Formats: sequence, C-alpha cells, structure tokens
Amino acid sequence: MLSAPVVLIVSLLYLGLLFAIASYGDRRADAGRSIIATPYVYALSIAVYCTSWTFFGSVGRAVSSGVGFLPIYLGPTLTFVLGWIVVRKLIRICKANRITSIADFIASRYGKSVSLGMLVSVIAVVGILPYISLQLKAISTSFSILIAYPDIRMPAHSSGVAAWQATELYITLALAAFAILFGTRHIDASERHEGMVAAIAFESLVKLVAFLAVGLFVTFSVFNGFGDIFTRASSSEALSRLFTIDGVAGYTSWVTLTILSMAAIVVLPRQFQVLVIENVDKRHVQQAMWMLPLYLLLINIFVLPIALGGLLLFPDGKVDPDTFVLTIAMQQGAPVLALVAFIGGLSAATGMIIVETVALATMVSNDLVMPLLLRIGPRNLTERKDLTGLLIAIRRGTILLVLLLGYVYANTVGESYALVTIGLVSFVAALQFAPAILAGLYWKGATRVGALSALLGGFLIWIYTLLLPSFSRSGWIAASFAENGPWGLVLLKPYALLGLEGLDPISHATIWTMIINVGLLVGVSLFTLPSVIERGQAVRFVDVFKQAAGSGREWHGRAGVAELKALMARFLGEPRAEAALVRLEQEINGPIDRQGLANSATVSFVERQLAGAIGAASARIMMASVLREEMHDIDEVTRILDEASQLVLYSRRLEEKSRELEATSQELRGANEQLKELDKLKDDFMATVSHEIRTPLTSIRSFSEILRDNPDLGEQERQEFVTIIVQESERLSRLINDILDLAKMEAGTTEWQIAEHPLGPIVERAVAATSGLLTHRPDIEMSVDVSAALPPAMVDPDRLIQVVVNLVSNAVKFCDKAHGRVSIVARARDGWLEVDVSDNGVGISAEDIEKIFERFQQAGNTLTDKPQGTGLGLPISRQILQRFDGTLSVVSELGRGSTFTFRIPAVKASIAAHDREVGAVT
Amino acid sequence: MTDPALSPAKVLIVDDEPNILLSLQFLMKKAGYAVRTAKDGEEALAEIAREMPDIVLLDVMMPKLDGFSVCQRIKSDPALAGVRVVMLTARGRDVEREKGLSLGADDYITKPFSTKDAIDRVATLLARPVKPA
Repeated sequence: MLSAPVVLIVSLLYLGLLFAIASYGDRRADAGRSIIATPYVYALSIAVYCTSWTFFGSVGRAVSSGVGFLPIYLGPTLTFVLGWIVVRKLIRICKANRITSIADFIASRYGKSVSLGMLVSVIAVVGILPYISLQLKAISTSFSILIAYPDIRMPAHSSGVAAWQATELYITLALAAFAILFGTRHIDASERHEGMVAAIAFESLVKLVAFLAVGLFVTFSVFNGFGDIFTRASSSEALSRLFTIDGVAGYTSWVTLTILSMAAIVVLPRQFQVLVIENVDKRHVQQAMWMLPLYLLLINIFVLPIALGGLLLFPDGKVDPDTFVLTIAMQQGAPVLALVAFIGGLSAATGMIIVETVALATMVSNDLVMPLLLRIGPRNLTERKDLTGLLIAIRRGTILLVLLLGYVYANTVGESYALVTIGLVSFVAALQFAPAILAGLYWKGATRVGALSALLGGFLIWIYTLLLPSFSRSGWIAASFAENGPWGLVLLKPYALLGLEGLDPISHATIWTMIINVGLLVGVSLFTLPSVIERGQAVRFVDVFKQAAGSGREWHGRAGVAELKALMARFLGEPRAEAALVRLEQEINGPIDRQGLANSATVSFVERQLAGAIGAASARIMMASVLREEMHDIDEVTRILDEASQLVLYSRRLEEKSRELEATSQELRGANEQLKELDKLKDDFMATVSHEIRTPLTSIRSFSEILRDNPDLGEQERQEFVTIIVQESERLSRLINDILDLAKMEAGTTEWQIAEHPLGPIVERAVAATSGLLTHRPDIEMSVDVSAALPPAMVDPDRLIQVVVNLVSNAVKFCDKAHGRVSIVARARDGWLEVDVSDNGVGISAEDIEKIFERFQQAGNTLTDKPQGTGLGLPISRQILQRFDGTLSVVSELGRGSTFTFRIPAVKASIAAHDREVGAVT
Repeated sequence: MTDPALSPAKVLIVDDEPNILLSLQFLMKKAGYAVRTAKDGEEALAEIAREMPDIVLLDVMMPKLDGFSVCQRIKSDPALAGVRVVMLTARGRDVEREKGLSLGADDYITKPFSTKDAIDRVATLLARPVKPA
C-alpha cells in the first residue's frame, strides 16, 4: 500500500502544492497585495525553527535524556519574551541598512569589512552542513522505513549500499532543484521572498498538524490519555529517570542548551532570514512574541507521551527512538497516519533546507564570491553590462554545492550521531555569531579586528572540539584523537580541553568557544582602534533609534545618475533599476535628472539598493569603482581627520572672530552713544555761541541804527550810545578770541612756549595787568602774598598770566559790592606750586560748583547784573593748567566768598636747590 | 484798536541785557508808547500783575524764569487775554520759533533785528485785535 512510487507521488504532489502556494505568494507580492503581511504568517514562518530534527529528534532526545529535550524550545521562548527588544533593534537596523544576511550584518556593522563577511559566510556554510545533512538523513530514513510497511525495519548502514546512496542523492538533487526554484527566481534589492515565506508558513502548519495527529493517536487511541502513559511509564524504573535532571552535568547541559537555543532562534542563517530579512512589519514581532512560544508548546505537548509510548510498545530497543513518530503508527496498522507523519517530517525538512540554503546562497554570493570576484576576478567584471545572471548562477551553484556537501557529510560523519546531537553541533557553530552581533548592537567600542578574532577563535575551537571528533568517530582521522587527545596529549583532548571533564561534548564546546569568542572580542576590541568607517557604522547601528533613516557615510567621488542607474541595472535588471529611481523620486518628492550629476542622497540610495542585492561590502566596492573613489584606508582616514581638524580650527577662529565682533560692536555702540552725546553738546555749544555773539551784535546794530535814524539826538545821549557800541564791540572781540583760543586748545593746535620759569614774577605781572580793573572799584582791597624765591615751573608764562588774570578779574567781578576784598597767595608745598585767588563775594552754591567750569556757564545768582566775562574764562584756564600738568579747583561757601586754587608741579632739581637754600628740609 | 494819540499803548520790554533793554526802550518811547522794563521773568510777571500791558517784548534766555515760561503764564491766564506777546531770541533756530509760537506767542523777532522791522511789527500787532487764546 505504501510502496515507493505511492510515497514518492504523494511527496511530489505535496511539494507541488508548496510550490503553487509560493508562486501565488510571489504573484500577490508583485501585485502589491501581500499575503504574508500578517503576524500569523510571520510567526508560522519563524517556526521553520522546528525541523525534522524537532519532528523526529525531540522524541529521540526525550528517550535518551528525558526532559533534556525541553531547553531547545525553552530558549526561543525566552528570547521572544525577554529579548524582543534586541530582535526589534536588529530588525530596525537591517531595514535601515538593507542588510541581506547575517554575514552582511556583521560585515556591515564592523566597517563594511569584506574579510568579516567572508569569514562569517564560511563559518555559516561549514557550521550548518551537519544540520542540512541531518535533514537529508531524516528524509531518507523516514522514506525507507515507510516503504517497508507493514514491516518495521531500521535501515541498514547506508554507506555500504550503493542503491541506498543513489536514492539519497536523488532526494538531495530534487531538494536542490526545489530550493533553487523557490529562492533564486530573481534578484531583489530587498532580498525578500514572499512566496517562499508563504510556503514555509504553510509547512509549519502541516508539520504541527501531523505531529499533533500522531500525538493524539498515541495518547488517546493507543493508550488511555496522558495519565495512563505516565502511570505505566513511572512503574518502570528505566523510564521514570526520564522525568528528572540528574547531577551538575545535567544542569550544565540544561543551561548551555537553553543559551544555545536562545541564540539559535535568531542567529541561525535561516532564522535570521525569516525573523529579520523577511519581516514585513516590525510590529509583527510583538504578536510573534506569544504566538511562537505557543506553537513550540503545542509541538512539544506530545513529545513525552510519544517517547514513553514508543518505549512501552518497542521494549526490546530494536526500534530507533528517532523514528517513533513514524513507527508507532505503522506498528498500530495505521498507514494513512504513518503517511501523514512522513509528510510532516518531509515538510519540516524541506522547509529548513529551502530557507537555509537560500540564506546561505545569499550570503555566499554577496559576501564571499562577489567580493572575491570583484577583488581578484577578471578586471572587466566591474565593467560588465549585466551581472544579474552571474549572481543568480552563483546562488544556484551555492545551493547545489551546499546540499551535495550535506549529502557527503550525512554519508560519512552523520552516521555516528543521533539527530539531536548533529543539530546541536550546528547550534554551537551559529552561536559564534551571537557575541559579535550583540556587541554590534550595543557596544560601539567593538572593533572589526575584535570581531574577526572572536569569530575566528570561536570557530577554530568549534572545529577542534566538535568537528574533528566527529571525523574521528567516523574514521576519517584516528579514533585515538577523540579518546586520548592528539599525540596522546591529555590536556588537548577535544572533549575535555585543558582538563574540563565531566561535561557532554556540546556543553563543553559551548563553554570553550564562548570563553575564547567573548574573550577575544572584548580583549582585542579594547586594544584596537576602529577606523573612521567602522566608527560611523558603529554609531549607525548602536544608535539606530536615535537617528533618522540613515544617510550613511558620504561619498566623495562624483558620478552621473545615468552611471549609477546602469550599475543598478547590472545587478537588478533595467526595470527594477528604473523602479528604484522612481521610488527615490517619490521619497524625495521631486524629479531626478537622469542625465545630471548624482547628489549624495542619490548615491547613498543606490548604494543601499546594491547592498540589498549583493551585500554592503560588495556594494561598497562597486560604488567605489563607479565613483572612482580610491579606498586606501589610511589616506581616507588622514583626509577625514584633516578635514575634521581644519573644521575645528575654522570654527574656533570663527568663534574668536564673532567674539571680537561682539566686542567691537559693543565699542561701536558706546562710541555711537558718545558721538550722539558729543553731537548734542556741539549743537548746544553752537546755539550758545550763536546766542553769545548775537547779543552784543544786537546792541551794536540797534544803537547804530538809532544813531543813523535820529540825527537830532542830544550830545550826551549820542555819546552814551556810541560808548555802548564800542563796549559791545570789545565784548564781541573778546568773545571771538576766547572761542578761538579754546577751540585751538581743544584741537591741540595752540602753540605753547613752555620753559622753566620762576612763578613769583609771573604772578606779579598778572596782578599788575589787572590793576586797571580796580579803577572802577576803589572800594576793593587787594592783597598779594607771594613767597620769596618760589621754585620755577615748566610753563608758558603768557598763558599762565592769562589764567591769573582770569581768576583775578572774576574775583573782582564777584566780590562784595560795597567792601570788596580780593587776596592772591602763592606758595610752594610738597613739590607743588599753589596759587589761591579769593574773594568775599556771594559764593557759589554746591550745585553750581561743577557747572562754572563748563563753557558759557556762570553761576545763576550772579547774573542779575550782567558780568563782562565771556563765560569761557574758567574753561580756558582749566585747559591751560592741564597743559602744565596742573589742576584748578574751587572752595566756596554761600555768603562768605570763594577761593580758586591752581596747582602746578614745581621743577624737582630746583626744589632740592630751594630746600637747601631755605633750610626747610633736612 | 488802540489809538496812541488818545491813550498810548502800554509796552513791557523784558531782557537781561541792559543795552538791548535800553535800545528797545528808546525805540518804543519814540514810537509813542508807554514803556516799562523788566530784567528777568519774575520781574516781568510782577510788572504785568501791577498793570496789564497791551504788548510784551519778551527775551527767551533770561535768569530765574525764561521767556517761554513767562509767555506760557500769560497765554494760559484768561485775565491776560488782551496781552500780545512778541518773543525775542538770539538763538535763531527753527525749533525755538516753533516752540514760541506753539506756546501762543503772537510774533517772533530774531536778534540782531532791524529797528524799523521791530517797530513795524509792534505797530501791526497793536493795530490788530488780539487773537483768541
């Protein structure tokens, strides 16, 4: 009934259905109506995590280590519940930077490093091989068991049977063809495969339904529910041990398995593909957070019942527990259920193989082959018109190669392990990516060299502790290598490195690889400096939520839009390149001149598109070739640093300049205020001068006209008027002289005849000059007291006489009207010569004291009888004294008179001589 | 209105410059007016209070109380509505002229002035009714 052709036809029909779903999904995606844009499809696609290893192997692991199968499903649940923030950030970064694979992510994060991308690709391919071979093995094993129905025969060791190997090879080739059809139909900039995701989600449903069907059948049809199975099992000593975890090693194993699977749900290439790359909407992560754990719970509910049931049904141990899912149905005579179970397993295996190989193919083509070809390939590669075909060929070749390698591994190494263990070997390999990714997300200090050494170190330890022993077991290398260590060195035993014994190989390898990996990442990063581009990428990744959608590193070369479009067309094809430009136009809300020069936004956009198709590192090389930008790192760094330091210098200068300007404008404001003030003073001065000149002129004109118009005036009147005219003319002359004098002094154009002169004779000459004033005031008593032999001073004698005359005439003018007294005292004191001129007049009020030194100001209450002065005497005197380094001051009391005092410095040598002469000082 | 022949118009001259005061006094007396003088603003207000003049010739820059203040007092006092005011200024700036006129001064004479012009202006003002305040 379940003959080989029947099973084959059913299998092919099933795969055909999957392909139909995928095609439908792709068509809908092309029409812009995605069928996968729901969190359900997203969560189901992530369930590609559950491979044939889960489907068959969980039961096997439950049999060998009881609840030990659980951590593999606990880990992802923990990741989604606790680590969804990490997942969200990862998705955000990958979308912003158009990351196409895990290799692309790590390469991109650490400065778009080509070497890192290559290393990650190699690790991924080598590390995942066991896992792929596991799927092949599961399919072929379940197929050969199923077609033997109703007999239950474990397949003989395949290595010896040529026909068997041929079957397995055909399966491999068929799967390769299928994966190629699914994953490499076209090159898309976003590297998303909607049809594939739809098919994978469907497969996840199928395997879940199939497993639940078997579980329900075993639990409720073969036995009488959970209680029945567990009661029977616990009555058996051998079976009850499966419910407990024994010893430290057991717990260590639990913890390491949990950690491994926590990482695996994200960092396995296919998980990264569905979880991150194929993610349509990052909000779906929130829903997947509970849907995926629910899925894992459902697919694990019946693991223990099936395991226990199998052990109870096949007590003799001749049936491999890895096949219980299939063989229980066969033993119970349920061929349809057995077929369903087979399809479920097939579903789990093909799903894994398709996604995994597509992910690996992307990685290998973008991060391994293309960079190699671009670097060392034929020179004309970057010039070739259409590289789409080349890319697709590389990917198809990769898929085929990976599957064939998996086939080889399955037929050489695979035999020596149980399903679960093989899978875990790959888990440990994938775990090597986790530190570099986590550090890449959260630690800006992680450097390219750090990541490179961490991955290399971890990978080498993985090879030594897991891969080589597996070769040893299969006889490729001496068995003693695994047993006693190389050359019998016990410390180097691959399962007990440096004496770390008592652990299962997986925990042992996990611990050692992580110590080396994390240690190197942190250690080397701390001791190496990131390059400029690394630093830029670190910020873009770590601070992804802080920045707007990335502008990236600026390109410095120049390229036309047409050139860039041609470049895109070579990888994406002409229509997609044009579509991308149209999308950019929509993004920037404006047309792009197809013939013009590309601006930096366009260049960055094209680089992102290319990165989507061929990976960041390759995209950078291609862009550089088009932009004719040399990528000599040191040169670039030096130039950028130069620019930066020049900018800093420039901005510092700018700051200085603006400070100076600020100060200058402050000064200017002050000067302007002063000018305004001066302008006002000048206006006032001019008005005052005008007034002072017009006043005598008025009298002169009026009386002149009166004399002219009144020829009949009496002689006395005529005489009086003429006298007034003469007096006012004199006043006018004095005024003009004083104004000119003051103006010259202020302008500094006065000629000074300064020399050493004794003060006494000068004062006496001045007093003599004022004696004329006293003729009208016989009442005034004038006293002069000049000390004998006053020391000389540096003065212009005529000017000093002018000062004394001014002061004395003021005193005469303002002294008491009836009994005027004016006294002049000259003396030497403390190196100064002092002259007092005092009167006994009305004095000057405190508020007027400063005013009297201003031009045209005379103390108000003295003006009832208009003085003869010009109002410029005191200002002129003060100017003259200032020229002699002297001062003029006044002390006054209302009603008691005023004393004006001026001081000028005596000539020092002469002071000494004078002192000796008079013996005043010893 | 006022006929000098009947009862001579009363002129008050206010200036702190004695010679200017003297010349204006001579000119106004000769024109047939009854002339009084004052040396500053306060004295002027006292003279006005003693006997209301028909016209005041008022210097601007004077001690104690300047001409503008005196003009303002006269023009704001309804009892003195019949008093004409002529400002005398030696500054000759337009702002001063504007200020004097805005305070209600009837005319404005800039020093130094033509004696004939001064006499004519006074005569014209006296011949014309007092403008309403």
